[in-house]
Amino acid sequence: MSARVGVVTFPGSLDDRDAARAVYLAGGEPVALWHDDAQIHGVDAVFLPGGFSYGDALRCGAIARFSQVMDTVKAAAAQGMPVLGVCNGFQVLCESHLLPGALVRNAHLRYRNRPARLRVETTRTAWTNAFAPEAEIVLPAKHGEGRYVADEAVLDRLEGDGRVVFRYLDNPNGSMRDIAGVANEAGNVVGLMPHPEHAVEALTGPSTDGLGIVASVLAHLSEGASR
Amino acid sequence: MARVVVDVMLKSEILDPQGEAVLGALPRLGVTDVSSVRIGKRVEIEFDENARNVEEQSRVIADQLLANPVIESFAISIEGA
Repeated sequence: MSARVGVVTFPGSLDDRDAARAVYLAGGEPVALWHDDAQIHGVDAVFLPGGFSYGDALRCGAIARFSQVMDTVKAAAAQGMPVLGVCNGFQVLCESHLLPGALVRNAHLRYRNRPARLRVETTRTAWTNAFAPEAEIVLPAKHGEGRYVADEAVLDRLEGDGRVVFRYLDNPNGSMRDIAGVANEAGNVVGLMPHPEHAVEALTGPSTDGLGIVASVLAHLSEGASR
Repeated sequence: MARVVVDVMLKSEILDPQGEAVLGALPRLGVTDVSSVRIGKRVEIEFDENARNVEEQSRVIADQLLANPVIESFAISIEGA
């Protein structure tokens, strides 16, 4: 039986369909989840997609944090359920305090949409175990508020604990230490700005590297199931 | 009725590219003696007539929603309390 990966739709989500399709193409079963429904319908993992939840009112991800579904996602994440946040989903995870740091306006103030070259800095997370160590991948980035910031002590701790998951090879937004994605302590919660779900088919993406993200969580889940 | 104003500012160590952009435009106004511009948010909140614990509730609103303590600080002023 293939793993069930929930994809949350908030008002203003844009990439939920692509996320569901990426799950499907990688061999998982996508399950639609709704922001206003606390039920996550027995999914094995959750994907928070990109977009502009609640119109980015106040700060990106600030209102989504208070949605019904996030209460359940937070509780499930604490129990070890894999949770991925991409772009606005990453912002939601930071605002929800599931990941450290924050994502602020790009240093150059421009919306940036182009493929981003990344290095996978750790394969010891639920969402990156299928990559070769230090693999270089290409995923589309498209954001205006993607500059990762945290205080120096937090950045040092992230680096020391191997929780910087993705690093830009050509920093597109001024992120501190070229950070494109980070993980929580347990490695089950990962957030990144570039979009794996837009890099799953040669026809529409700059690579198919995004499949590795979903393949990782499927491998992580089947490993857990066979334990 | 208590009216509360919350000012939210990016912390000084966080780069404010909007402020930088405004600073960069000032010479075109003929203003050349400004060294820094920082942009924040002002939030005006009106509590109900019979609201209680206005200060405490304002603090909760500011700390848990209006400002992200990772990047922002806030100041609360209560008018007509």
